[in-house]
Amino acid sequence: MHELSIAQNIVDIVLEHLPKEEHVSVRSVGLRLGAMAGVVPDSLEFCFGAITQGTKLQGAVLVIDHVPLTAHCNSCGTDGAIEPTLFACPACGGTSLAVLSGREMHVSDIEIAEGEEAR
Amino acid sequence: MSVITIERKVLEKNDELAGQNRALFARHGIFAINVVSSPGAGKTSLLERTLEHLAGRVPVAVIEGDVQTDIDAQRVAKYNVPAVQIVTAGGCHLEANLVRDALKNFDLSQVRLLIIENVGNLVCPSNYDLGEAMKVVVASTTEGDDKPLKYPSMFRNSSVLIINKIDLLPYVNCNIAALRANALGINPSLKVFETSCTSGAGIPEWTDWLISRALPPR
Repeated sequence: MHELSIAQNIVDIVLEHLPKEEHVSVRSVGLRLGAMAGVVPDSLEFCFGAITQGTKLQGAVLVIDHVPLTAHCNSCGTDGAIEPTLFACPACGGTSLAVLSGREMHVSDIEIAEGEEAR
Repeated sequence: MSVITIERKVLEKNDELAGQNRALFARHGIFAINVVSSPGAGKTSLLERTLEHLAGRVPVAVIEGDVQTDIDAQRVAKYNVPAVQIVTAGGCHLEANLVRDALKNFDLSQVRLLIIENVGNLVCPSNYDLGEAMKVVVASTTEGDDKPLKYPSMFRNSSVLIINKIDLLPYVNCNIAALRANALGINPSLKVFETSCTSGAGIPEWTDWLISRALPPR
């Protein structure tokens, strides 16, 4: 539902980073997406495709790097993947955890074509 | 073909505005809460009961978020507190800029507790920081006891869980111990209250706690 607003934020960020030349197009956008970021990838890709029509991002592929939910256990020191539905250490069962990854929603990089290469 | 490294948070604009809201609350000594739930969990009824119990004890202001209508702001206005309705016109959550604009309607020097009632939705609002001190998630017994497992992000990102409609427990398929266990498994530090807006059960405990946070002993 909020994927449209997320897609718009991604497009805004990408446009800020494009070189100013006329003939430039974006081939792909790299996105790091945590397992607990609350975003449905299919829905985001659909919205991204729709709002990039007629822009320098038209036809660009959203390349999503899925980041697992991982945490550090403050009891036994183990770092590892955990389930979003149970914040407990897989090694000792401890519940005092510091989340290491899984909430990311970052634009990492873009691949662009310039001059003759640009569509 | 060339690659440009960007490394920017997608919601950085919202986070930045939320930071400004948070600084504004700090400057005025305002305790702000962001109340979230699925539609129909009883956020507005809980708010009405809460305002009844807070009357004369702490200066409150309310921001109401809804997709359409100002029905909720009208309900709240009966309690004689400053209230602003944000109509998102389709938007499924509040964003920091909407809250910032709504704040212009209040005399913040006269507010100690700000209650923001978000749009009924257990998914999207968990991503959007509004500048609040904490999120309060309301789960009602009629929704069953597995809501935390289905929407872990919201329960993880909240500091308080209010289990509402406890008067209906005899009639619904909800094991309150399982609901608590499911929520605490995702977020062991959740502070839990059990309330009924019909019987009034649990409302004094909840409002006393709110006052202790909004007016800490000096």
